[in-house]
Amino acid sequence: MHKRVVFNNRVLPYLLLAPQILVTLVFFFWPAGQAIYQSAYIPDPFGLSSQFVGFGNFEFLLSDRYYLASFKTTVIFSTLVTVLSMGAALWLAVMADRVIKGSSAYKTLLVWPYAVAPAVAGVLWLFMFNPNVGLVAWYLKAMGYDWNHVLNDGEAMGLVVVASAWRQISYNFLFFLAGLQAIPKSVIEAAAIDGASFARRFWTIVFPLLSPTTFFLLVVNIVYAFFETFGVIHTITAGGPQQATTILVYKVFSDGFVGQDLGSSAAQSVILLFVVGLLTVVQFRYIERKVHY
Amino acid sequence: MSGMVEKHGLGIWLTHLGLIIGIAIICFPIYMAFVASTVTQPEIARPPMPLLPGGHFIENYTAALTRGVNSPVLLMLFNSSVMALGITIGKIVISIISAYAIVYFRFPFRMAFFWMIFLTLMLPVEVRIVPTYEVVAGFGMLNSYTGLILPLVASATATFLFRQFFLTVPDELIEAARVDGAGPVRFFIDILLPMSRTNIAALFVILFIYGWNQYLWPLLITTKPDMNTIVMGIKQMFPSGDDIADWPVIMATTLLAMLPPVAVVIFMQGLFVKGLVESEK
Repeated sequence: MHKRVVFNNRVLPYLLLAPQILVTLVFFFWPAGQAIYQSAYIPDPFGLSSQFVGFGNFEFLLSDRYYLASFKTTVIFSTLVTVLSMGAALWLAVMADRVIKGSSAYKTLLVWPYAVAPAVAGVLWLFMFNPNVGLVAWYLKAMGYDWNHVLNDGEAMGLVVVASAWRQISYNFLFFLAGLQAIPKSVIEAAAIDGASFARRFWTIVFPLLSPTTFFLLVVNIVYAFFETFGVIHTITAGGPQQATTILVYKVFSDGFVGQDLGSSAAQSVILLFVVGLLTVVQFRYIERKVHY
Repeated sequence: MSGMVEKHGLGIWLTHLGLIIGIAIICFPIYMAFVASTVTQPEIARPPMPLLPGGHFIENYTAALTRGVNSPVLLMLFNSSVMALGITIGKIVISIISAYAIVYFRFPFRMAFFWMIFLTLMLPVEVRIVPTYEVVAGFGMLNSYTGLILPLVASATATFLFRQFFLTVPDELIEAARVDGAGPVRFFIDILLPMSRTNIAALFVILFIYGWNQYLWPLLITTKPDMNTIVMGIKQMFPSGDDIADWPVIMATTLLAMLPPVAVVIFMQGLFVKGLVESEK
């Protein structure tokens, strides 16, 4: 944990730390403090003065129909993104683990979507499903299904979920493949000799041995769906139709910048700070466990 | 023995087939974007659009790069490059020197600083959007490269990674350096920095992708079209009313926006995977 031999210098370590600490204080701690401070006030419409309301903004939020709806939307969205991207990735990783020839070519073809920005992923999927010109939308229409995610809540949600999950499959694939390759082949072969079918081997041996990877990815994917999918939603639906795809992070943005409701936006920031804190703690506790394996 | 379990016969062909289908589905959106970037707008506006590339590749990409919609894509690519490299190099430099201070020195409040850096993990920009914007606006940094880069250069992940690595460096090296009369600065430049090469490279790949793909921050900070980055600029290319978007130019821009980070992942796959795994430890 610590070095036995160190340098002695009174000033140098502070100079080395100064840039990072300054950025941290000015652009992280100060705004976070501001968010907490502003969450206790309601500014008047002209921005000249503000009134102290204590937990008033929070009380309002927790009884606000739209905020609670946004909570529900976030939970549905995150669950769908996580299940879809992890399921597809596991399926691909199991297959890639079985082939010897060409497995590195498959890997290359599957990792690159990770490099695509969420906002770019959004535009790619928007183009295919655009109700006027999109190819997939056109074929759906030809088959008698009138696709229009601009008006239909469920279709809008489906599209942002698919676009968000699409990009995350690569990440999950890499970690699942590494997890699968770390399982000793002798264990699986012993089961095969005993006559266990592939499906049986998978669910009784492989999947349980993969559980540390699965749990780790679960946390990473939830964090991704909560905080990194802003670009997908902003490009495809802008939170609509009505508020059908307004996840919490999107609501902080739209209330703060579009709606100019600063007190509420600040209170929402504070609630999200708790959510991130919770997820970070879960992530780190888990990683401690992994070290003891 | 290793190839014993179903590595032959029909099963393996089905596995290959399954993988190819999976890859085809995953690559399909990119293929359609490419096709769209090689045809004319009327061809797209009258669905269904063609399934094979057309002959307007050079025309559309030239139009995008030199003209764009609000500002030339060439300019947006330049802005993105400055931002991505600024964030990447900034994060690496300030993190490696912070980690050096924390590992190789003993001084008051050492652990307090360490925990301060750690806490930034819990403060992503997405959750403190408005106040961070106000701070940057207060400094007059809107529509500037400094405003795009500086607020994002703190990095707990990079600091931890370097700290982790420094802790594995044998103490004998620093003892030897002291015997030779080398001070902390010499030791850092001559010994530690060359030893960190691979870690720096792996981190560079991951952070470059992170920096290039920023969306929300440039969206808030840049209001002038000539400061737009390419990833955030695509959305601005869509017309606001009922006009039909210039899809060929937009799709050409979309492909140009993903080209640099995708090229980095494909050509530096080893470093990319290393960076991804290390930064999650």
